[in-house]
This record gives sequence, C-alpha cells and structure tokens, in this order.
Amino acid sequence: MKLVIIGNGMVGYKFCEKLLTKTEAQKFDITVFGEETRPAYDRVHLSEYFAGKSADDLAMAPTDWYASHNIKLHLGDPVTHIDRENKQVTSHLGITLSYDYLVLATGSSAFVPPIPGVEKEGVFIYRTIEDLELMTAYAKKARKGAVIGGGLLGLEAAKAMIDLGITDTHVIEFAPRLMPRQIDEAGSKILQRKLESLGLKIFTNKNTSSIVGHPHISAMEFTDGSSIAVDMLVISAGIKPRDELARQCGLETGNRGGIVVNNHMQTSDPAIFAIGECALYKGMIYGLVAPGYAMADAAIAKIISLDTPSGDGGFTGYDMSTKLKLIGVDVASFGDPFISGDDCRTVVFEDTVKGIYKRINVSADGKHLLGGILIGDAEAYNMLLQTCKNKVVLPPNPEDVILGSRGGSEADAGAGVAGLPGDALICSCESITKDAICNAVTANGCETVDSIKKCTKAGTGCGGCVPMIKDLVLHTMKAQGKYVRNVLCEHFSYSRQELYDLVKLKQLTSYDEVLDTVGHGDGCEICKPAISSILASLWNDMILKKGNDTAQDSNDRYLANIQKGGTYSVVPRIPGGEITPDKLIVIGEVAKKYHLYTKITGGQRIDLFGAHLSDLPDIWSELIAGGFESGHAYGKALRTVKSCVGSTWCRFGLHDSVSFAIRIEERYRGLRAPHKLKSAVSGCIRECAEAQSKDFGIIATEKGWNLYVCGNGGSKPQHALLLATDLDSETCIQYIDRFLMFYIKTADPLTRTATWLNKMEGGINYLRNVVVNDSLGIAGQLEAEMQLLVDNYKCEWKEVVETPELRKRFNHFVNAPAEKDPTIAFDDMRGQKKAKW
Amino acid sequence: MNNTQVLHPAHEPDATKHSTGYHPSGDGGSWFAACAVHDVPDNGGVCVKYGEEQIALFKFSRRGEWYASQNLCPHKQQMALSRGMIGSHNSEPKVACPFHKKTFSLKTGECLSGDECSIKTYPVKIENDLVYIGITAGGND
Ligand SMILES: Cc1cc2nc3c(=O)[nH]c(=O)nc-3n(C[C@H](O)[C@H](O)[C@H](O)COP(=O)(O)OP(=O)(O)OC[C@H]3O[C@@H](n4cnc5c(N)ncnc54)[C@H](O)[C@@H]3O)c2cc1C
Ligand code: FES
Repeated sequence: MKLVIIGNGMVGYKFCEKLLTKTEAQKFDITVFGEETRPAYDRVHLSEYFAGKSADDLAMAPTDWYASHNIKLHLGDPVTHIDRENKQVTSHLGITLSYDYLVLATGSSAFVPPIPGVEKEGVFIYRTIEDLELMTAYAKKARKGAVIGGGLLGLEAAKAMIDLGITDTHVIEFAPRLMPRQIDEAGSKILQRKLESLGLKIFTNKNTSSIVGHPHISAMEFTDGSSIAVDMLVISAGIKPRDELARQCGLETGNRGGIVVNNHMQTSDPAIFAIGECALYKGMIYGLVAPGYAMADAAIAKIISLDTPSGDGGFTGYDMSTKLKLIGVDVASFGDPFISGDDCRTVVFEDTVKGIYKRINVSADGKHLLGGILIGDAEAYNMLLQTCKNKVVLPPNPEDVILGSRGGSEADAGAGVAGLPGDALICSCESITKDAICNAVTANGCETVDSIKKCTKAGTGCGGCVPMIKDLVLHTMKAQGKYVRNVLCEHFSYSRQELYDLVKLKQLTSYDEVLDTVGHGDGCEICKPAISSILASLWNDMILKKGNDTAQDSNDRYLANIQKGGTYSVVPRIPGGEITPDKLIVIGEVAKKYHLYTKITGGQRIDLFGAHLSDLPDIWSELIAGGFESGHAYGKALRTVKSCVGSTWCRFGLHDSVSFAIRIEERYRGLRAPHKLKSAVSGCIRECAEAQSKDFGIIATEKGWNLYVCGNGGSKPQHALLLATDLDSETCIQYIDRFLMFYIKTADPLTRTATWLNKMEGGINYLRNVVVNDSLGIAGQLEAEMQLLVDNYKCEWKEVVETPELRKRFNHFVNAPAEKDPTIAFDDMRGQKKAKW
Repeated sequence: MNNTQVLHPAHEPDATKHSTGYHPSGDGGSWFAACAVHDVPDNGGVCVKYGEEQIALFKFSRRGEWYASQNLCPHKQQMALSRGMIGSHNSEPKVACPFHKKTFSLKTGECLSGDECSIKTYPVKIENDLVYIGITAGGND
C-alpha cells in the first residue's frame, strides 16, 4: 500500500512517528516530500534559535531516522501537482509517484497584508529557520526594528528582534489591544505595561498605510498620519493555510482558505487526507500543534482501518487553551476566557506593581470553572485547565484557585489532582489520561516521573505536565498506603538530613563506606554527589581523595564546569571583586596562552571558557603561581561575595563593604553545601551589591550591619528576609556561621536556601529563633562545626597541581595522554572564540 | 553475560609483546588493548582512543565488572560519557551523562531516562593486567 505525505513539518513528522507505532505500519510503503531543505523541526520553539539552539537541536528527528524506519524522504522538493484521476503526485524535481493514500500536511504560511512596500529589503516574515537566518544576517546593520502584529507570534518576533540586538523595537497592533484573541482588555494592559518595562515600544489601534524606503525599508507610515523610522520589519499578521495544491486539484477548500476535512481528516476525495494547520475542520483552522497531533491520530486510525465501516469518533475539535512565556512573562488563557453576563461570575485579581493579572469565569452557581486568563504568573494553569475541562466542583470560595492556597500548598496540590476524573487528559501532547498514569503507578510499580515517562510517554512532549505527574504519582502512592518518605534514591532509604546525622555519628569518610554501612546496591548519579557533599560539609577533606573522586559530580571531579562541546571553564577566586592590576595581567596572559574566551561574570569575577581538559592542570599551576586560588564555581559551594566599593571611595558608604566582603568570602571559601551559595555586602542602603537577592546578604547601617537571608536571583527571584539588625562584624559572622551550618545540616539535596526556608515550618521566625535566640541549644555546636571547616580549608587546585597521580586524571585519552579531544572545535565571535557545536 | 564480560572466545593475546593493537577474536571481531587496569579509577571511567573513535571504558570495581560504550552521548551529541557517574538502577549497571544526566544501561545501551536514544556497548576483558575492548567487525548493534 503506497502512502505519500506532502509536507515534513511538525504534524507531517508526528504522523509518521505515530503510524510507526502501529503494527499495520509495515503494510505501508511511505514517502515524504518536504519543501524545506531540513527535516521537520520544532517550529513551536523556533525562537530558541536566537537563544543559541542550533537547527539540529530543534530537529524532531535526525535525517537517518527516516531511512532507518524505511521512510523515503525527499527534502527541498515540493510536490507541484496532484493527479487525482491516476492517483499520482509529481514533484518539483520531476519525481512522479503513485499513491493509495495521500496526506496533505502542508501547514500554513505567514499572511502578508497588501501594504504598499512589503516587498522592500529588510521586511521579513517569521515562520522557518530560513527566515531566521535571513533576519540574523540583516539585523547586523539594523538599529530600529518593528513588528506588525501584536498577537502571540508577533510578540515572539519582537522578542527575537531584541535577541538580535535591536533593542529599539516597536510592536504595531491594529486592534485596540495586544493578543486580542487570547486575553481581555485588562489583561492586555498589564501585559503591555510589563513588556514596555522590558523596553518594547507598543502601539495599539495603529494601521500601517505604507512602507517607505529604497531599496530597503527606512520608515513606516500609518493611516493616522504619523510615521516612525525603522530599518527592519517583521510581519506577523496571522497565518494563511497552504491549500494551493488542494485548490489546483479541485478539492473543496474554505472561502478564507484551508482544506475542508471531516472528522476522519478526509478531504472531499476520500483517498486524500489533510492534517495540521492546512486543514479546515468545521470552519476552523487550528493554529496550534497539539490539535494537529490529534488530527494525525484521527487520520491514522482511518487509514489503517479504512475497510471497517466509518462510525463516529475521530477528531472532534480541540481545546485552544494555551500557556506560553512571552519575553519572560507568563501568559495563559483557557476555556472561555471572555465569557460574561448573567450565567457567570468573574473573579479578577490584579497586582499592577508585580504585573500580575488573573481572571476566572465561574458558573453562576459558583460550582464550575468556565475559563480564565493568567498573566505574570501562570503556575496554576495546568490545574485550572483540568478543573475547567473536567467540570470539577470548585471549592466554596472559588477565588482560592487563583489567590493560591493560603498555607500548605503541597497538600492542596495533592487534593487538586485527586479531584480530577479518571479520563482527565494530563499530557495533551501524548494524550495520556489521569487513569493511565495512576495505573502505571499501581499496576506497573512506577514511582518516579522518569518511570512514568518510559511506561506511558506522558511528559515527554512539551513537559508542561511534569509537575502534575509528580503530584499524581505521590498522591497515588499515598492512596495505596505507601509511606512516601523523602528518601534520597533507591540506594538509601534515608533523607539527606538523616544521612548527614548517620555519617557524622558513624564517622564515615568515603562514599563507599557510607554505601556499605547504611545503603545498598551500587549507588547512582543522585546519591553519589549528595553524599559527597555531606562528606565535604562534615570533614572538608580534599574532595578528590582516592575513592571519593568518582563519586563527585562531573564538575567537581574535574574541578571545572563542563560546557557545551566538552570544554571547561576556569574561574579563579577574586574575593569581593577586588583585584590588583598585576593579577589582571596574569589572567590575561593565561587566557592568551591557552586561547580562552574571557567574560566578566555577574559575581564580579572573570570566567575563562573553552579550556581543554588536559590543559586544566597547567592553567591552574600558572594561576596559582600568580597568587590565585580555586573559585569553586564548579561546586555546590560558596561562589562569590559581591561588594560595592564602600566607604573607602564612595561618598555615601557607611562602612568598608569591600573589606568585609573579602573577610566573609575568605572565611567560607570552599564551603560545600546542598546547593551553591551566593552572598553580597552593600556599604549603604542604596544596595549596589544587591545583597537582598543572595543566600545571605549584608547591608551597612549607621550602627553596624543588617543581615538578610534566603534570597534568590535567577529564574525564581525571591527577596531575602531580614534576620537581624545593627550587628557588629563579629556577631554578624557568628550568625552567618550558625545559619549556614543549620542549612547544610537540614536541607534536602539541591535545595537553595530560599526553597529551604519556604518549606520550613514556622518560616523566618523559626529560623531567627534557632540562629539568634538559640532555641534548639545548638548554636555553640554549629559554630564549632563551621570553625572546623574553616580551619581545614585548602585550595583543591593547588593539591591537584602538586600531585602527579591526580594530574593524570585530566587527560582526555587514557591511551594517548598527549592528544586533545579532536571533536572540539571553535568559531570566532567578536574577536574571541565560541564553542562550535 | 558473566562478570568478566568476555563475550567472544579469547584468543590468548600476547599482552607482553603488544601493549596496544588489534587481536583477532576468532569471529570477525578483534580485541583491542586499551590500557592497564590501574589506569582507570575505581568506579569511574576513562576515554579510550580507537582510531577515529572514542570509547568510554568503565571500571565498576564495586561489582568487579568492566564495561565499555561509545563516548558520545546521543542526547545532545556531547563527547562526555566517560566523564559521567556510574551506578545502578534495579541492579542494572548504568552511566549518567554529565550534561543532562540522561542515564544509559551499560549492558544493553538502552536509555533508562525514558528517551528513545541508545548507546553502543562493547565487550571488555582483562588479561595480564591489561584491559581489552572487543571490537566487532560489523559494529555492535
Ligand atoms: C514562531 C512560532 C511560534 C509558535 N508557537 C507555538 C506555540 O507556542 N504553541 C503551539 O501550539 N503552536 C505554536 N506555533 C504554531 C505551530 O508551529 C504550528 O501549529 C505547527 O507547526 C503546524 O504544523 P504543520 O505540520 O501543520 O505545519 P508546518 O510545521 O508549517 O509544516 C508544513 C510543512 O509543509 C511544507 N510544505 C508546504 N507545501 C508543500 C508542498 N507542496 N510540498 C512539500 N512540502 C510542502 C512546508 O514547507 C512546511 O515545512 C508557532 C509557530 C511559529 C511560527
Ligand atoms: S548530552 Fe548527554 S544527557 Fe544531554
């Protein structure tokens, strides 16, 4: 049976992948024609191309996947003619093939409105990797950008412009608000303000009348008589289904485009199917990938059982709820986001300072969720979507679902998944229901997300449902009466805190000893680094001591951070960010000699990238000779103590923040903890060192120092909380000793101080009682333990450099020590190198 | 598969004369002397150069076993498996890639983290304190 697929986009690819899982697949001789020169790639994440993803990263499957599954793939060769009478297709390069079934998965193209001047140089669309390559090349000479279209894709294109270095970018929207299809007026306002604060200029109610310039765009004119200077423009005004082949061979198409299909995705010719963004089902084009995948399922079901009488079933439409991140801002809408009137109540929560907007539409009786909008914080999206889709009865105060449970969030999340019906779709990419996941837990013994992924494929698509899967697994295990303990992994039935106490009590000093005494099996990548960290926190021995070396996380094992392509980065410690000119010269010389890329980090030090593994010991012996020591950037350890310039130079400075930062950094350098630790010292309340975003931060006051703890920057910023005020330097250090040791002893692996505190019963008050008021009576012990670690500190790199046996471990090839990894290669960028990969 | 991982009948390589090189194994493959036993850290890996190929070699001292696999992690094509941590999952020996911690069975090469990709594995044997990796003529799988 000959099956020809036209279009190798996301849906065309998924069709092949799904078909291959069926036993009937072997009956088919499959040929795919693709117009683009690349095999199908993940268009949804197209913008990540600008964030450094390569075309290969985005590929749905490598080219040899098709061959290895006996699929003939013709790329760069569009089908130009369909002969329905003889059931044949002809391609641009002249291939003619017969088919028994033909599948059109031609997708859509960008809709370009007929504005005079759209053909000028510097005007782009945003749909394919080719488009992005053209944009990248052109952006080098552009300074002012604009995007026509303030919808989902337009905003993504605007972000792409910013990523391309065009910080002066305008978004031009014809409608009165952004994303008019997904979100309401109030939500749009919040989103607009948030995007403007990130540097975008946004015009709504604006209609472009012409594009000016010769030969390339130089300005845009609008119907209201205004104009702006622009030298690069992306048009993102909607999509146009690619139905030209269908029209040409006389298949039924919609007035406004799209190939008409029934619920089995059959076109007006029953041997021809259409799926994805080119298909028009009940008057609707589904411009998202998940419905396209559902269409692929429906078409496959029909094709492999075509003989059986066609009943109901098949594709029945698709929920258009979406959640996405636009320029770092969460935006989600689900169900019916706009509904209003007598049958419904609307609850709105708005925080203009933080830029959060949440709206839910609830049935008049307050029982059911009908739809809603989330902007700025969409964490509740999965749960709300499920609640809405499955008509789960709402709590007595429906607003609880957006205002967050006040107290005990985990218990509530569990209760949330418990309330979902068995057929609730948890993973929409792979169509996996709650029942299927629970069943994998009860019948197949899956107790981790990984095993669920393997067993059911749930969570392997976009990954958005993984938190829910986690909750479901826990909930199901609890329901089975299984005692869910926070155990480290299959090799240790203890929590990290229990292990810490056991290791200390039994005076164990190596990973193997710990495994033999309190664990079982052979260990794994979870318990090895966790126990290595405990050992380091307890005894502060050289971490590469024989027997412990291979139990370290790879970065710790090589005392450097592994980077893309397999090279390493080197970060010498620069306490407090203070460095002499001579030492700067040493870094410069080392970087030149070993051909390293140099960059100043956010932590006020210098990162040297692109070092070959085998060069590391030589690089470090030169750095050490120049007076440097390890910066522990590779370890779950103290990173940097940032400082502002302080009273020595700054006219506002109250105390000498630099000296204090150096003292703190030197005290805690090399300190291993459950996760990395960052700190900062600011010389006055202007807070130039950003101490309140650190694990522990210190700010000078008239009378001494204020100590803040458990702040976090990064992806989940959290303000540090004030632990104690107006401390003298000695007391401040005493409190930090206690705080850090308490964290090290009690936190779960890979838990930052902020998360640790969030989970702590009693929160900051409890912590203050332990650290300041010594409520547990352990303050003296904590200080003594910290002092032991401080006294035992040695520079790890110095030991490696001086020990030939350890140096040997840094060769890439065991049987060719002099050779470097030949697969490592570099490209040039702005006069330095970058990983070619 | 037994503990010493000898899949092919040994051809008695004369290890003292050939510290590196090929040894026919009798069934179309050959044994390649990679390094000395003590060159590999306990419960860890090293990377072996075999012509243009890179092979990750692991000494699983805890189990008294040796394993070898391709060094390239199929997840994001990183030459890194030899620098990964080894361990077990339900007693199946495995290696975790240092990049994103995808884990692979050292016996079958199957990905244990739910991904579709897999790695090629090679037989290993020890003779006279030398480690030999078995290279099959047509590749392993
Ligand atoms: C920047 C961007 C962001 C997006 N973000 C999201 C998102 O967050 N969530 C979401 O759900 N969706 C998103 N989408 C939409 C999603 O990418 C599409 O819904 C999906 O790609 C549709 O798949 P498809 O296979 O139908 O079409 P396509 O992926 O467009 O594939 C069609 C392929 O067919 C080829 N073709 C056309 N005619 C022929 C011919 N005659 N012969 C041979 N080949 C032909 C085309 O060249 C193309 O390669 C986004 C799209 C873009 C552009
Ligand atoms: S590259 Fe190996 S896990 Fe991603």
